[in-house]
Amino acid sequence: MGNESLYYRFDVDGENFTSAGEASVQTKRILRRVGFSPDIIKRVSIAMYEGEINMVIHACGGVVELFIEEDKIKIILTDHGPGIENIDLAMQEGYSTAPDNIRSLGFGAGMGLPNMKRYTDSMEIESKVGEGTKITMTVNV
Amino acid sequence: MGYQHSVTLDVEKCKGCTHCLNRCPTEAIRIRDGHAVINANRCIDCGECIRLCPHKAKRSSFDKLSSMPKDKYKIALPAPTLFGQFTNLDDPDYVIDGLLNMGFDDVYEVARAAELVTEYTRRYLKRDDIPLPAISSACPVVVRLVSLRFPTLVDNLVPILPPMEIAGHLAREKAKKEHPELKDEDICTVFISPCPAKVSYAKNNLCGGKSSVDMVVSLSDVYFELLNAMKKAEAPKNQSQTGMVGLSWPSSGGEASSLMNDHYLAADGIENVIRVLEDIEIENHPNLTFVELNACAGGCVGGVMAVENPYIARVRLRNIRRYLPVTLNHPGPEDPADDIPGRFALDLSDDEYGHVSRYDENRKEAIKMMQDVERLFATLPELDCGSCGSPTCRAFAEDVVRGHAKLEDCICVMRQKLQETQKENHHDGS
Repeated sequence: MGNESLYYRFDVDGENFTSAGEASVQTKRILRRVGFSPDIIKRVSIAMYEGEINMVIHACGGVVELFIEEDKIKIILTDHGPGIENIDLAMQEGYSTAPDNIRSLGFGAGMGLPNMKRYTDSMEIESKVGEGTKITMTVNV
Repeated sequence: MGYQHSVTLDVEKCKGCTHCLNRCPTEAIRIRDGHAVINANRCIDCGECIRLCPHKAKRSSFDKLSSMPKDKYKIALPAPTLFGQFTNLDDPDYVIDGLLNMGFDDVYEVARAAELVTEYTRRYLKRDDIPLPAISSACPVVVRLVSLRFPTLVDNLVPILPPMEIAGHLAREKAKKEHPELKDEDICTVFISPCPAKVSYAKNNLCGGKSSVDMVVSLSDVYFELLNAMKKAEAPKNQSQTGMVGLSWPSSGGEASSLMNDHYLAADGIENVIRVLEDIEIENHPNLTFVELNACAGGCVGGVMAVENPYIARVRLRNIRRYLPVTLNHPGPEDPADDIPGRFALDLSDDEYGHVSRYDENRKEAIKMMQDVERLFATLPELDCGSCGSPTCRAFAEDVVRGHAKLEDCICVMRQKLQETQKENHHDGS
């Protein structure tokens, strides 16, 4: 992405569950100022929120990068967690590897990745077991 | 005509301090030329600045009790909060008697309309074509906040007029029935309000058509006169027609718990309300059916014009309603059997999203400005001291980029410049 795009980087703290979702709130604030429609803002913030939660639950945190262009918003989520063994399986609604203590908080319903796909125009997952995961999502405006 | 706000500033009294600046939940205030300036496009009439101002420079534009037209048929519409303001009050009838003694021709308790709204809301929640969670539209601050900042949730607002508006309608109908000679213009409905947001509601006709409420007076304005008018030895006439439900509305959770639906959330205090809306917007909530949001801490009893401490008022209301029937108000025979009467429906479809935070209509330009804001922000001290007149360093960076402030307004930037100049002078001198 060239100079045209607006770039943000948010660290997602894996130690602190309550901080998950902060990047998404910040992003909403930024997108409102750039003047995107409420629908676009909603889609981007839901996709990002699900990504943040995933990084906290599975990967001890990570980094969210946000690239804003006139007609396109790109989100890159990078973590150094355990990686995803079977991506097709992980994409299935209701499939989750979240531990019980996380489920007891109401998370781990197996809707994170499917929701991220649903709310974005494209989503790519690169993952290596033992090394980490990188997810690139785009929302076209 | 633009939106009429209910919060105004007394420039003489304003010292230009930063109390309101720092606490305004929508960052609508700036200090310019030594006093506060409220951005009308962003203000949601929450009244926090009135509450906080140590110099009493923020005023709310209530109607004065003394300006009530003497020749009209005057109907008091007391907010249920009013009944929680008096020590040792065990019977709402004393308050009603007092209002009549003050010169009102009739009293119509807003709590009665609240009980109807509860019933209509139950009916509304039974529908299977509504966006969930349904968000209460009773607090006008919340309605304005949602339409300004959470536009994707506008459809979640319950499309029923707030109790005050319905009470105005019903009070007028009652008056015309009892006194057929009265015409609409002969009647003056006076809402006794715990908060200034209701003033903006009535003045801006947010109900869609013309508001059924003619005047909105402040609860604190009525309080002392009413207190004197209530000092009667004899027992009052039995007039109150409010049940437990109506008198539970003023405290946070009262409206929601009356719905007989366990899947509800009730939040109060404007900062908490915003946090809940942020979560609902990204669909991060446990299967909720109903969300009650009150801008004031504690609910309407926490209104900035209430006299009594909201938590004490809450206990008092609980004592008053203890032996009341659950509800005394039911939809009339003229109303549809299981729907919301059309005249009490709230139409929010005209509410246009105003893009109040947008930098520029041209998105490319807005992105460029955002880049400038970030670059400038990175050089600021992040003290959020407010000395520049903007609430935070980030808001200041925005104000500078948008041309509403000068970089030299920042005292830290100025100090740095001063030190550099001094250094230069020192070098020149040696």
